[in-house]
Amino acid sequence: MSNLIDIKGVRHAYKTPSGPLPVLDGLELSVPEGGFVAVVGPSGCGKSTLTRLVAGLMKPDAGEVWLHGELVKGPKSTVGMAFQNPVLLEWRTILQNVMLPLEIVSTGMSKREQEDRARHLLDLVGLSGFEDKRPSELSGGMRQRASLCRSIVHKPEVLILDEPFGALDAFTREDLWQTMHKVKAEEPFTGVLITHDLRESIFLADQVIVLSGRPAKTQYVMDVHLTGERDIEMLYTPESADALNTLRQQIRIAQGREAA
Amino acid sequence: MTLRQIGVPLAALILFGLFWEWLVWVNGWPNYKMASPSDIWPAFWKFRGLFFEYGWDTLWRTVVGLLLSVVFGVFLGMIMGLSRTMRDALYPLLVGFNAIPKATVVPIIALMFVGQHDMNTILIAFLISFFPIAVSVSIGLSTLEPEYRDILASLGASKFTIFWKIALPKTLPEFFGALKVAVTLAFIGTNLMEIVEPHGRGLGHLFDSGKISADYPLMFAVLIALALMGIVLYYVVVALEKVFAGWAERNPT
Repeated sequence: MSNLIDIKGVRHAYKTPSGPLPVLDGLELSVPEGGFVAVVGPSGCGKSTLTRLVAGLMKPDAGEVWLHGELVKGPKSTVGMAFQNPVLLEWRTILQNVMLPLEIVSTGMSKREQEDRARHLLDLVGLSGFEDKRPSELSGGMRQRASLCRSIVHKPEVLILDEPFGALDAFTREDLWQTMHKVKAEEPFTGVLITHDLRESIFLADQVIVLSGRPAKTQYVMDVHLTGERDIEMLYTPESADALNTLRQQIRIAQGREAA
Repeated sequence: MTLRQIGVPLAALILFGLFWEWLVWVNGWPNYKMASPSDIWPAFWKFRGLFFEYGWDTLWRTVVGLLLSVVFGVFLGMIMGLSRTMRDALYPLLVGFNAIPKATVVPIIALMFVGQHDMNTILIAFLISFFPIAVSVSIGLSTLEPEYRDILASLGASKFTIFWKIALPKTLPEFFGALKVAVTLAFIGTNLMEIVEPHGRGLGHLFDSGKISADYPLMFAVLIALALMGIVLYYVVVALEKVFAGWAERNPT
């Protein structure tokens, strides 16, 4: 099977006044087309660096990042990104915010089609009726929904989510998890999700990767086999409890609190 | 506009005028000590032709000086906001320049370009007012969160596109905040030069003529005219802000 994303032996260090600070050392990651991988790890282990590498916003010191059989050398319009901060532009309406990537990426869509697509996505995440509102008029969860629409409006092959639900309260977050499944069913993408939330990782992804502490390498890979329709209840089954336990133990190892 | 929005400030204005008139009358001040509102209108009427002619001079010089400030200030702010090296290099220079009281620069400029009244006046209006614009634009640009850049950079957008679509509009509220300060400063600059320059024009010159001929009501009339013009200029900026950066204003909830 061919992989859409292939990260091979990536090493990277940041230059700091007190010498190089290695953040990634021997990172391996592969995501098949249509796959959804969650990356978890201790804080400051280089997870966000990983997203910037995949997005082509920076180059690794060593190793290779491949997207769709092509070596990543710079930013590509086939990538969509969403962050913890929804970064909506306050001077635009919600609809205009969602349409922003279409002003950069040429999709061959007419203005009318672009607008229809943005409206359709907003409807999909439950924001119909808010198209002409300003971001400041929306709640945190709604802003994050709009941000999600913007990240997929240009039909990217790869969606990079850097802790998009991290700043939301627990109930809003669970709502958004359900929305993510709905979006993925209608708008298929290959996804990389950076998260701190283990429940989120097994609820959304079909593979969870645990990174070791800094400098990070791939420490543990777990395939998630949750069957049937995903709803919040399934996080409380014995299988889920086992999976969460395993992951928690791996995180403790990554933090250096427990021997491997 | 409701009756309240017009009525309340108008009533306050009338009360203030009456109080002023009463204060001068009750103390029996002669008009070379303190002119009263009833002295000011005749003074204005006597020189009404000059008021409009010189008022126009002061107005257009201030506006041209301010426009130069905007162009230069935004340009400087862009350079300092986008490049750390340039910021480190230019900031001390800029702060040092701004620390010089502009009243001391006025005679220097007046001598440097003697007789060039329009240019001198515009130059001072510009020199005194570009600083807040440059600083606010540079701060607005340098504090742009990296995520804002990344949402477009990750799509392969050029630096210019990122600047035009995100950095520039995001800086507009700071820019207009600075422009409100700059418009007042430019107005001060114009008048400083007009007062100092011999054989000049503008309301500042009219003020100086009043001083030389000991026509105190005329001097007060100039002050009132300057206040009115200052208010108009300020609210023009406020109106522009509403149009271009109205989104930054949040509705009270």
